[in-house]
Amino acid sequence: MYELPSGAEIQAIITTLKTSAVYYLPEIYLSALFLVLILSDLVFRQKKNQLLSIVSLFGLTGSLWFIWKQHSMTGQEIFFGMYVIDEFAIFFKYFFVVSAILTVLMSMTSDELNKRTSGVGEYYVLVVGMVIGMVMMASSTDLLMMLVSMELVSLAAYVLTGYLKRERRSTEASLKYLVYGAVSSGLMIYGFSILYGLTGETNISEISSVLLSRGYDPVTLMIASIMILAGIGYKVGAVPFHFWSPDVYEGAPIPVTALLSVASKAAGFALLIRFFYVAVPHGPDTGAFTPGSEWLLLLMILSVTSMIYGNVVALWQTNVKRLLAYSSIAHAGYILLGIIVMDELGTQATLFYLISYLMMNFGAFLVAVTIANKTGSENIEDYRGLGRRMPLAGAAMTVFLISLVGLPPTVGFIGKLMIFSALLAKGSVFVWLALVGVLTSVISLYYYMLIPLNMYLRESKQPLPDTIRSGMLPQLVTAGLMLLTLYFGIFFTPLSDFARYAVTLFGNQLY
Amino acid sequence: MDVLFTIGLDHYLVISAILFGLGLFAILTRKNAIVVLMGVELILNAANINLLAFSKYNGGMEGVMFSLFVIVLAAAEAAIALAIVINIYKTFNTVDVSSIDSLKE
Repeated sequence: MYELPSGAEIQAIITTLKTSAVYYLPEIYLSALFLVLILSDLVFRQKKNQLLSIVSLFGLTGSLWFIWKQHSMTGQEIFFGMYVIDEFAIFFKYFFVVSAILTVLMSMTSDELNKRTSGVGEYYVLVVGMVIGMVMMASSTDLLMMLVSMELVSLAAYVLTGYLKRERRSTEASLKYLVYGAVSSGLMIYGFSILYGLTGETNISEISSVLLSRGYDPVTLMIASIMILAGIGYKVGAVPFHFWSPDVYEGAPIPVTALLSVASKAAGFALLIRFFYVAVPHGPDTGAFTPGSEWLLLLMILSVTSMIYGNVVALWQTNVKRLLAYSSIAHAGYILLGIIVMDELGTQATLFYLISYLMMNFGAFLVAVTIANKTGSENIEDYRGLGRRMPLAGAAMTVFLISLVGLPPTVGFIGKLMIFSALLAKGSVFVWLALVGVLTSVISLYYYMLIPLNMYLRESKQPLPDTIRSGMLPQLVTAGLMLLTLYFGIFFTPLSDFARYAVTLFGNQLY
Repeated sequence: MDVLFTIGLDHYLVISAILFGLGLFAILTRKNAIVVLMGVELILNAANINLLAFSKYNGGMEGVMFSLFVIVLAAAEAAIALAIVINIYKTFNTVDVSSIDSLKE
């Protein structure tokens, strides 16, 4: 049935692979780092934790250079259309590497990881593995590649979540993450198989052209879209695919929680944007729903329910990590708003919001680590009276939370402003979406401000020492993130230019 | 009667849909973590049948490649899943999903 390729064809394939490898350097470099980390974990016996974290820190920083080199190679389609390099992908590559660097810094300071486990050897290996997966997610343009890279991220994340394996909650979190993850990726694969059956193609731009030229059955396409959305929705943690996130965020070690809530979510959004903008056809006018384009309606439902559910349920939370979990569900809703707009302004707003989310969420989790190291608690009640005793942590936490609410003069305010103004510029039904966004932001003010309230205005029940000292490194990183949050809240032009520069998907005229 | 005796694309799709349904049923009703994971395997295999059938009738090789990758991913996932389940059993002395609920309000 199938003929074997001739010698000349094999030669041509090898040539393509060789030329493609040049464009694949960041990923190759990260894979090499992955191997180096495994080897140094095996070779070195003493002072391993320090060494491995420093190696991964420098290694990840080095990969930024390789990603920077890719700016001159954009517009390339490599490995037979499996993979592309465009500004959009490069933006996300920076994003993932930076968040991994912050995670490594946070892990170095976390007592939870360094004291309570037998060793953190594999920990950094898995973090780097997750970064490789996420970097590939942002660039892949083939269903197969999307699936493989997404599974790479998931598999590493399952293990990282359960890394504190002697602790009940960490173990339980990893089981819950695993079960939900396995089910949703199963659904996604089934959706992919239906989409393949409809078109006979696995490349997303070819899928789109076949769907448009040959026509399709809207119901079948809808079923496939919903199943694929289940897989991606699970990654971004939007309602109704959010069930795992509060438990997993609470149980996982705090640095892992931060990585999951920022980087893994952003990877999901990268995939969502690329897949739905390119593969699934949508009408010329996004306001009118042509058959098959109902996925925009689906995203609207997802976004509105996420904003309402996340913000309302967060009101009752007493654990800081759980509170941030619900807040991250709500933020998934806000980011989805930017995606729904489906024009240049909307995508720019989405990317900007992701950067601001990186700063403020990592900052909040970093303060949570610092406080958990000192008090051994993540309960909001135990934050009482800490503002005076840990001045930097208190001030920084307040800034990050103000930014998460979306009040000036922080970067979170600019992010929300950009998303809402993109919605308003579009008009019609989008204005109502913006209204829901504004109203739910008001609700969020209450539960975010509960933390500074406890820190500054309420006195703790147990006697605490007058000043609580924390290490040099966490203080530096916290202060840096706080200053950046404030700085970009006022001088946001470089970031928004960066985001606008990144709004180019490979070879597709979207707008 | 002709439909029953000549195997066509529909036959494969029906089998795959039945497998998918059984897998989903197992996931939704069973409490045992291992059985839930078996349900996931059923869904993955349903997708594999779909891919192979479409590949046969569409005439491309992509579906075959895809299903090979799905098999490998299923194996990798099973390895990690079983490790986590063993860890769960060591900590909780049970693999019943409904009784593992220490993370709650």
